[in-house]
Amino acid sequence: MLRRIVSVAAVLLIAGAVWWSEKITAIPASRGPVEVTYWEKWTSFEGDAMRAVVGAFNRKQKRIHVKLLTVSGIEDKTLMATAGGNPPDVAGLYGPNIPQYAEDNAVIPLDDYCRKYGIKAEDYIPVYWDNGLYKGHVYGLCSTPETTALHYNKRMLRDAGLDPNKPPTTIEEMDVISDKLFLRGKDGKLIRAGFMPAEPGWWNWGWGCVFGGKFWDGKSKITANSPEMVRGYEWVRSYSKKYGADDLQTFRSGFGNFSSPQNAFLSEKVAMELQGVWMHNFITMFAPKLEWAAAPFPHPADRPDMANTTYTSEDVLVIPRGAKHPNEAFEFIAYVQSQEGMEMLCMGHRKQSPLRKVSRRFWETHPNPYIKLFTDLAWSKNAIVAARTPLWPEYNAELGNAFDEVALLKATPQAALDKVQARMQPKLDRLLAVQRARGEEQ
Amino acid sequence: MSQPARRRLSAAARSERLTALLFVSPWIVGFLLFEVYPLSMAAYYSFCDYSVLRAPVWIGAMNYTGLMADDVFWKSLANTGFYAALAIPFGMVVAIGLALLLNTKVRGMAVYRTVFFLPSLVPTIPLAVLWLWVFNGEHGVLNTVLATVGVKGPNWLSDVNWSKPALILMALWGAGNAMVIYLAGLQDVPQEMYEAAELDGARWWARTRHVTLPMLSPVILFNGIMGIIGALQVFAEPYVMFPGGAPARSTYFYTMYLFDNAFLYHKMGYACAMGWIMFVIILGLTLLALRLSEKHVHYQGA
Repeated sequence: MLRRIVSVAAVLLIAGAVWWSEKITAIPASRGPVEVTYWEKWTSFEGDAMRAVVGAFNRKQKRIHVKLLTVSGIEDKTLMATAGGNPPDVAGLYGPNIPQYAEDNAVIPLDDYCRKYGIKAEDYIPVYWDNGLYKGHVYGLCSTPETTALHYNKRMLRDAGLDPNKPPTTIEEMDVISDKLFLRGKDGKLIRAGFMPAEPGWWNWGWGCVFGGKFWDGKSKITANSPEMVRGYEWVRSYSKKYGADDLQTFRSGFGNFSSPQNAFLSEKVAMELQGVWMHNFITMFAPKLEWAAAPFPHPADRPDMANTTYTSEDVLVIPRGAKHPNEAFEFIAYVQSQEGMEMLCMGHRKQSPLRKVSRRFWETHPNPYIKLFTDLAWSKNAIVAARTPLWPEYNAELGNAFDEVALLKATPQAALDKVQARMQPKLDRLLAVQRARGEEQ
Repeated sequence: MSQPARRRLSAAARSERLTALLFVSPWIVGFLLFEVYPLSMAAYYSFCDYSVLRAPVWIGAMNYTGLMADDVFWKSLANTGFYAALAIPFGMVVAIGLALLLNTKVRGMAVYRTVFFLPSLVPTIPLAVLWLWVFNGEHGVLNTVLATVGVKGPNWLSDVNWSKPALILMALWGAGNAMVIYLAGLQDVPQEMYEAAELDGARWWARTRHVTLPMLSPVILFNGIMGIIGALQVFAEPYVMFPGGAPARSTYFYTMYLFDNAFLYHKMGYACAMGWIMFVIILGLTLLALRLSEKHVHYQGA
């Protein structure tokens, strides 16, 4: 009996000790500033830029203290933390996440806050405001914006007897220039390429849009296999046919990591590449002597109306559902949206500003010589954005797979895209049916 | 006479049982909380439209019927089946072969054993990144070696015909774990049997065939079942090496599609249905292996 009492007492003692130690080590509820936790994906100089903005905000006022945490796999972790009821107050997601996270109730609408702080659509270049919308509500505000343009190697063009100051303006011109730059070694292996649709491989899903295709009608119809989309993929296939699908793959597999001096563009293995406003950073970092220039991406010769295509995306700040301090969180977001905060951040990232109003100092001190071009491109009516539907991740995967099949000559463009259409349309139909059943139509 | 004795015993037994249960309770609680509860919830969600963040909505068997009509589901299942069908027997042959070699009496055997076991200690992710370079079509070690013997190596990573074989080849790298278990099994084979067989004039192959392998059969069964479970759930290596199952979904394995459905597409109900289907497949294959093995597995002393 005594033994039992002793053992029960021991168990209670241990449990008590655990409870007590938790209690005395817990951080006391302070009466200091409200702590806002902010999860962001950036590292390196991009992370430093946001850290500077957070620091400036924390110094500016005494009421709120923003704590910035660098988090990898931010989409999954934000999702799980939100589902678990313990999300950060602010999360830095990607623009295309907005429809999916808004549809799933993972992030809260910011319309009332925007009104309160006087943040409105007219302050922004339209595409960067629109990317944060879902079903007419604001769910995310831009942190840094992106556009893409053709980057080309002037020296390589000159060496091939071409005018380095005359970048191609049509796809057909680009194909001709590209062909002059393709070079094979003695063993027949490719050692240099003009342009490769698969490089860098980040927009494999979007070539159809360069030819005038659209992902969907914005409401209820997927248009993956429209003639324009098929034409884009046929263009992709033309490269595989001309230079050999295998040869292109082998050549590409020898490219180093993007963020390294062995990057195909930086090591002058590829003369022309579609790249974003960030490319300049990597050029200065790894290949400062590279002679390069940027120009709007070419358009099909018979579609002059498709000039100035550019992939636009952005990073967004959102407030996850269940955040403990949404008001304070938005105050910080509002600071990032101010001209001061935004220019500090975008200058640190060496990107353009998503705001219409930009200080003269920003233009004058910006290190990227083509920053005006990237900003102008954001206004293009042919800006390509990910389809603003919660189904985008699936749609993106299907289009990427179709690109693979076409580039590897495993399927014709029409067949590959018909398959995408056949898979995606029922998914959209079902989503719309679910929304109707919930009474949440667009 | 027996009744009171039983009652007396049962009083003591009850207290003993309580003590035993208390000792086991951490496991029971953990099992209920971290195994039974998630498994049951997954079974429930598999009949729901569930995105994790919204309340689940009961939709009957729609996830299951949807899967049956989903080409990517079948493709991922076929990829996984192909991988398992080759990786398991290959792995087994290599591991048994190594174990046999490392069971011979050679000087410095401990060193050899360590050397062959060492690779399986390398963590998965660095391993995957390392093999990306081994398989690289342009600068890869493997193709460089093949070139020295006049073979033009394929594009292991971007050719749909070679991406799965590359992973199977790579899986052999981890044969060390199974090898150690086989080695332990080999040490357990009674010497008398070899001596008896030798007296009967059995040579090496006959001894291996009629003594070693039968005596090793329980271990082979165990490793086989673990191999089935492991191969059907292959995830980390292809996930790191072939984003999205590229090229053209040739390396899109079952667990990758499951993961994408759950965390990328936010279709947790669909993913749970996939999880349960995989559970049933593994259970079925394990039972089948046990049934088929009844005749061929010899337990010592049984």
